[in-house]
Amino acid sequence: MTATIENPNYAYPARSKRGPSFEKAGWIFMRASGVVLVVLIFGHLAYNLIWTPGGIHAIDFGFVGGKLADPFWQWWDVTMLWLAILHGSNGMRTIVNDYVHKPRIRQIALGAIAVAAVILILLGTLITFTFDPCPPTADPSLLPSFCADL
Amino acid sequence: MSETSSSLTLPDPAPQKTSFSGTLYRGNEGMWSWVLHRITGVAIYFFLLVHVLDTALIRVSPEAYNAVMATYKNPIMGLGETVLVGAVVLHALNGLRVIMVDVWPWATRNQRPLFWIVMGLVVVLMAYFVPNHLINVFSPMEGGH
Repeated sequence: MTATIENPNYAYPARSKRGPSFEKAGWIFMRASGVVLVVLIFGHLAYNLIWTPGGIHAIDFGFVGGKLADPFWQWWDVTMLWLAILHGSNGMRTIVNDYVHKPRIRQIALGAIAVAAVILILLGTLITFTFDPCPPTADPSLLPSFCADL
Repeated sequence: MSETSSSLTLPDPAPQKTSFSGTLYRGNEGMWSWVLHRITGVAIYFFLLVHVLDTALIRVSPEAYNAVMATYKNPIMGLGETVLVGAVVLHALNGLRVIMVDVWPWATRNQRPLFWIVMGLVVVLMAYFVPNHLINVFSPMEGGH
Protein backbone atom coordinates (compact mmCIF):
# COMPACT_ATOMS: atom_id res chain seq x y z
CA MET A 1 0.00 0.00 0.00
CA THR A 2 1.96 2.99 -1.18
CA ALA A 3 0.72 6.40 -2.08
CA THR A 4 2.65 8.85 -4.15
CA ILE A 5 2.52 12.37 -2.86
CA GLU A 6 4.01 15.30 -4.60
CA ASN A 7 7.17 16.70 -3.12
CA PRO A 8 5.89 18.93 -0.29
CA ASN A 9 8.83 21.27 -0.75
CA TYR A 10 7.36 22.38 -4.06
CA ALA A 11 3.83 23.25 -2.93
CA TYR A 12 4.71 26.94 -3.32
CA PRO A 13 7.47 27.23 -5.91
CA ALA A 14 9.39 30.49 -5.83
CA ARG A 15 8.50 31.17 -9.46
CA SER A 16 5.26 29.74 -10.71
CA LYS A 17 5.53 31.21 -14.19
CA ARG A 18 8.09 32.47 -16.63
CA GLY A 19 8.22 35.99 -17.84
CA PRO A 20 8.46 39.39 -16.22
CA SER A 21 7.73 39.49 -12.50
CA PHE A 22 6.37 42.67 -10.91
CA GLU A 23 7.55 41.61 -7.48
CA LYS A 24 11.07 40.91 -8.70
CA ALA A 25 11.16 44.28 -10.48
CA GLY A 26 10.01 45.92 -7.26
CA TRP A 27 12.71 44.11 -5.28
CA ILE A 28 15.40 45.33 -7.67
CA PHE A 29 13.91 48.85 -7.77
CA MET A 30 14.03 49.18 -3.97
CA ARG A 31 17.74 48.40 -3.98
CA ALA A 32 18.69 50.51 -7.02
CA SER A 33 16.62 53.53 -5.94
CA GLY A 34 17.82 53.13 -2.35
CA VAL A 35 21.47 53.52 -3.33
CA VAL A 36 20.71 56.62 -5.44
CA LEU A 37 18.49 58.09 -2.70
CA VAL A 38 21.28 57.78 -0.12
CA VAL A 39 23.41 60.09 -2.29
CA LEU A 40 20.57 62.50 -3.18
CA ILE A 41 19.10 62.81 0.33
CA PHE A 42 22.42 63.02 2.18
CA GLY A 43 23.39 65.77 -0.29
CA HIS A 44 20.00 67.49 0.20
CA LEU A 45 20.34 67.44 4.01
CA ALA A 46 24.01 68.43 4.11
CA TYR A 47 23.58 71.33 1.63
CA ASN A 48 20.36 72.75 3.11
CA LEU A 49 20.87 72.16 6.83
CA ILE A 50 24.65 72.13 7.41
CA TRP A 51 26.66 73.73 4.61
CA THR A 52 24.33 76.73 4.12
CA PRO A 53 25.10 79.26 6.87
CA GLY A 54 22.10 79.48 9.20
CA GLY A 55 20.83 76.03 8.18
CA ILE A 56 17.11 75.66 8.86
CA HIS A 57 16.80 79.39 9.68
CA ALA A 58 18.11 80.31 6.21
CA ILE A 59 15.43 78.31 4.36
CA ASP A 60 12.87 80.69 2.89
CA PHE A 61 11.45 81.56 -0.54
CA GLY A 62 14.63 83.42 -1.49
CA PHE A 63 16.81 80.37 -0.71
CA VAL A 64 14.59 77.74 -2.35
CA GLY A 65 13.71 80.01 -5.29
CA GLY A 66 17.40 80.64 -5.88
CA LYS A 67 18.15 76.91 -5.78
CA LEU A 68 15.29 75.91 -8.08
CA ALA A 69 16.26 78.56 -10.64
CA ASP A 70 19.30 76.33 -11.32
CA PRO A 71 18.67 73.31 -13.60
CA PHE A 72 21.17 71.29 -11.54
CA TRP A 73 19.01 71.56 -8.43
CA GLN A 74 15.77 71.20 -10.45
CA TRP A 75 16.93 67.80 -11.72
CA TRP A 76 18.40 66.83 -8.34
CA ASP A 77 15.09 67.57 -6.62
CA VAL A 78 12.86 66.02 -9.28
CA THR A 79 14.93 62.81 -9.34
CA MET A 80 14.77 62.72 -5.56
CA LEU A 81 10.99 63.32 -5.66
CA TRP A 82 10.26 60.48 -8.11
CA LEU A 83 12.59 57.95 -6.50
CA ALA A 84 11.58 58.80 -2.91
CA ILE A 85 7.83 58.69 -3.61
CA LEU A 86 8.07 55.42 -5.56
CA HIS A 87 10.45 53.85 -2.99
CA GLY A 88 8.28 54.97 -0.07
CA SER A 89 5.02 53.94 -1.74
CA ASN A 90 6.35 50.50 -2.60
CA GLY A 91 7.54 50.10 0.98
CA MET A 92 4.09 51.07 2.28
CA ARG A 93 2.54 48.61 -0.21
CA THR A 94 4.69 45.84 1.29
CA ILE A 95 3.63 46.77 4.82
CA VAL A 96 -0.08 46.93 3.90
CA ASN A 97 0.18 43.52 2.22
CA ASP A 98 1.82 42.16 5.38
CA TYR A 99 -0.66 43.47 7.93
CA VAL A 100 -4.00 44.25 6.24
CA HIS A 101 -5.79 40.95 5.67
CA LYS A 102 -9.32 42.05 4.78
CA PRO A 103 -9.33 42.32 0.97
CA ARG A 104 -11.64 45.36 0.82
CA ILE A 105 -9.64 47.40 3.34
CA ARG A 106 -6.39 46.33 1.72
CA GLN A 107 -7.63 47.52 -1.67
CA ILE A 108 -8.63 50.88 -0.21
CA ALA A 109 -5.25 51.29 1.51
CA LEU A 110 -3.29 50.31 -1.60
CA GLY A 111 -5.46 52.62 -3.70
CA ALA A 112 -4.84 55.53 -1.32
CA ILE A 113 -1.07 54.93 -1.48
CA ALA A 114 -1.18 54.87 -5.29
CA VAL A 115 -3.34 58.00 -5.55
CA ALA A 116 -1.10 59.91 -3.12
CA ALA A 117 1.99 58.85 -5.11
CA VAL A 118 0.56 59.98 -8.46
CA ILE A 119 -0.70 63.32 -7.12
CA LEU A 120 2.55 64.19 -5.32
CA ILE A 121 4.79 63.19 -8.23
CA LEU A 122 2.72 65.23 -10.71
CA LEU A 123 2.40 68.20 -8.34
CA GLY A 124 6.08 68.28 -7.44
CA THR A 125 7.28 67.84 -11.01
CA LEU A 126 4.97 70.53 -12.41
CA ILE A 127 5.95 73.00 -9.69
CA THR A 128 9.68 72.41 -10.05
CA PHE A 129 9.61 73.18 -13.78
CA THR A 130 6.92 75.88 -13.93
CA PHE A 131 7.48 78.09 -10.90
CA ASP A 132 8.78 81.67 -11.23
CA PRO A 133 11.54 82.56 -8.72
CA CYS A 134 10.79 86.28 -9.31
CA PRO A 135 6.98 86.71 -9.28
CA PRO A 136 6.37 90.28 -10.54
CA THR A 137 3.82 91.28 -7.87
CA ALA A 138 5.76 89.92 -4.87
CA ASP A 139 7.56 91.91 -2.16
CA PRO A 140 11.12 92.25 -3.60
CA SER A 141 12.69 91.71 -0.14
CA LEU A 142 11.37 88.12 -0.12
CA LEU A 143 12.87 87.16 -3.49
CA PRO A 144 16.26 85.70 -4.50
CA SER A 145 18.89 88.43 -4.86
CA PHE A 146 19.25 87.95 -8.64
CA CYS A 147 15.62 89.09 -9.16
CA ALA A 148 16.78 92.70 -8.61
CA ASP A 149 18.87 92.47 -11.80
CA LEU A 150 15.97 91.49 -14.05
CA MET B 1 12.92 10.83 1.76
CA SER B 2 16.58 11.17 0.93
CA GLU B 3 16.04 13.51 -2.01
CA THR B 4 14.16 16.00 0.15
CA SER B 5 16.59 16.00 3.05
CA SER B 6 18.62 19.11 3.64
CA SER B 7 21.76 19.55 1.61
CA LEU B 8 23.05 22.26 3.94
CA THR B 9 26.49 21.44 5.24
CA LEU B 10 26.69 24.27 7.77
CA PRO B 11 25.10 23.72 11.18
CA ASP B 12 22.24 26.05 12.08
CA PRO B 13 23.64 29.03 13.96
CA ALA B 14 22.79 28.84 17.63
CA PRO B 15 20.65 31.78 18.77
CA GLN B 16 22.83 34.04 20.84
CA LYS B 17 21.77 35.38 24.19
CA THR B 18 21.85 39.14 23.92
CA SER B 19 20.78 42.04 26.07
CA PHE B 20 17.55 42.06 24.00
CA SER B 21 16.50 38.66 25.37
CA GLY B 22 13.35 38.85 27.43
CA THR B 23 11.91 41.81 25.60
CA LEU B 24 8.70 41.60 23.56
CA TYR B 25 10.55 40.83 20.33
CA ARG B 26 12.76 37.83 20.96
CA GLY B 27 14.89 38.26 17.87
CA ASN B 28 18.52 39.20 17.65
CA GLU B 29 20.19 41.86 15.51
CA GLY B 30 18.56 40.73 12.27
CA MET B 31 15.07 41.19 13.65
CA TRP B 32 15.88 44.57 15.18
CA SER B 33 17.31 45.64 11.86
CA TRP B 34 14.00 44.66 10.20
CA VAL B 35 11.84 46.35 12.86
CA LEU B 36 13.84 49.59 12.79
CA HIS B 37 13.79 49.61 8.98
CA ARG B 38 9.97 49.41 8.95
CA ILE B 39 9.43 52.01 11.67
CA THR B 40 11.87 54.53 10.18
CA GLY B 41 10.52 53.87 6.68
CA VAL B 42 6.91 54.60 7.66
CA ALA B 43 7.95 57.74 9.58
CA ILE B 44 9.96 59.05 6.63
CA TYR B 45 7.09 58.26 4.21
CA PHE B 46 4.60 60.39 6.13
CA PHE B 47 7.10 63.25 6.45
CA LEU B 48 7.72 62.99 2.70
CA LEU B 49 4.01 63.49 1.97
CA VAL B 50 3.98 66.66 4.09
CA HIS B 51 7.32 67.89 2.75
CA VAL B 52 6.24 67.76 -0.91
CA LEU B 53 3.08 69.70 -0.02
CA ASP B 54 4.89 72.39 2.01
CA THR B 55 7.46 72.86 -0.78
CA ALA B 56 4.56 73.13 -3.27
CA LEU B 57 3.68 76.44 -1.58
CA ILE B 58 6.56 78.10 -3.49
CA ARG B 59 4.09 78.07 -6.40
CA VAL B 60 1.47 79.95 -4.34
CA SER B 61 3.40 82.96 -3.03
CA PRO B 62 6.65 83.82 -1.18
CA GLU B 63 4.55 84.78 1.87
CA ALA B 64 2.74 81.42 1.93
CA TYR B 65 6.00 79.47 1.67
CA ASN B 66 7.76 81.56 4.31
CA ALA B 67 4.80 81.20 6.67
CA VAL B 68 4.90 77.39 6.56
CA MET B 69 8.70 77.32 6.77
CA ALA B 70 8.49 79.44 9.94
CA THR B 71 6.86 76.45 11.66
CA TYR B 72 9.96 74.35 10.86
CA LYS B 73 12.13 76.93 12.68
CA ASN B 74 10.34 76.41 16.01
CA PRO B 75 12.77 74.71 18.48
CA ILE B 76 10.34 71.83 19.10
CA MET B 77 10.20 71.18 15.35
CA GLY B 78 13.99 71.50 15.34
CA LEU B 79 14.22 68.57 17.75
CA GLY B 80 11.77 66.65 15.55
CA GLU B 81 13.98 67.36 12.52
CA THR B 82 16.92 65.90 14.47
CA VAL B 83 14.97 62.68 15.10
CA LEU B 84 13.85 62.61 11.44
CA VAL B 85 17.42 62.94 10.16
CA GLY B 86 18.42 60.17 12.55
CA ALA B 87 15.67 57.98 11.05
CA VAL B 88 16.86 58.81 7.52
CA VAL B 89 20.50 58.02 8.35
CA LEU B 90 19.54 54.72 10.02
CA HIS B 91 17.24 53.68 7.15
CA ALA B 92 19.89 54.62 4.58
CA LEU B 93 22.80 52.78 6.19
CA ASN B 94 20.69 49.75 7.19
CA GLY B 95 19.37 49.63 3.61
CA LEU B 96 22.94 49.46 2.31
CA ARG B 97 23.54 46.66 4.84
CA VAL B 98 20.47 44.79 3.51
CA ILE B 99 21.83 45.07 -0.05
CA MET B 100 25.24 43.78 1.06
CA VAL B 101 23.64 40.86 2.94
CA ASP B 102 21.62 40.01 -0.21
CA VAL B 103 24.45 40.01 -2.73
CA TRP B 104 27.67 39.32 -0.85
CA PRO B 105 28.08 35.95 0.91
CA TRP B 106 30.63 37.36 3.35
CA ALA B 107 28.12 40.00 4.43
CA THR B 108 25.39 37.34 4.79
CA ARG B 109 27.60 35.43 7.22
CA ASN B 110 28.52 38.62 9.06
CA GLN B 111 25.13 40.34 9.10
CA ARG B 112 25.26 40.53 12.88
CA PRO B 113 28.51 42.53 13.26
CA LEU B 114 27.40 44.58 10.23
CA PHE B 115 24.31 45.67 12.21
CA TRP B 116 26.58 47.09 14.90
CA ILE B 117 28.82 48.73 12.29
CA VAL B 118 25.67 50.40 10.91
CA MET B 119 24.75 51.56 14.41
CA GLY B 120 28.27 52.91 14.94
CA LEU B 121 28.17 54.83 11.63
CA VAL B 122 24.76 56.29 12.57
CA VAL B 123 26.29 57.56 15.82
CA VAL B 124 29.28 59.05 13.95
CA LEU B 125 27.15 60.81 11.33
CA MET B 126 24.72 62.12 13.94
CA ALA B 127 27.67 63.36 16.03
CA TYR B 128 28.43 65.55 13.00
CA PHE B 129 24.83 66.56 12.23
CA VAL B 130 23.27 67.14 15.67
CA PRO B 131 25.58 69.91 16.99
CA ASN B 132 25.52 71.73 13.64
CA HIS B 133 21.73 71.57 13.39
CA LEU B 134 20.97 72.39 17.04
CA ILE B 135 23.27 75.45 16.96
CA ASN B 136 21.17 76.69 14.01
CA VAL B 137 17.88 75.74 15.71
CA PHE B 138 18.68 77.53 18.98
CA SER B 139 20.45 80.56 17.48
CA PRO B 140 18.41 83.74 17.63
CA MET B 141 16.45 84.31 14.41
CA GLU B 142 18.04 86.97 12.24
CA GLY B 143 15.83 90.04 12.00
CA GLY B 144 14.75 91.99 8.97
CA HIS B 145 12.57 89.43 7.21
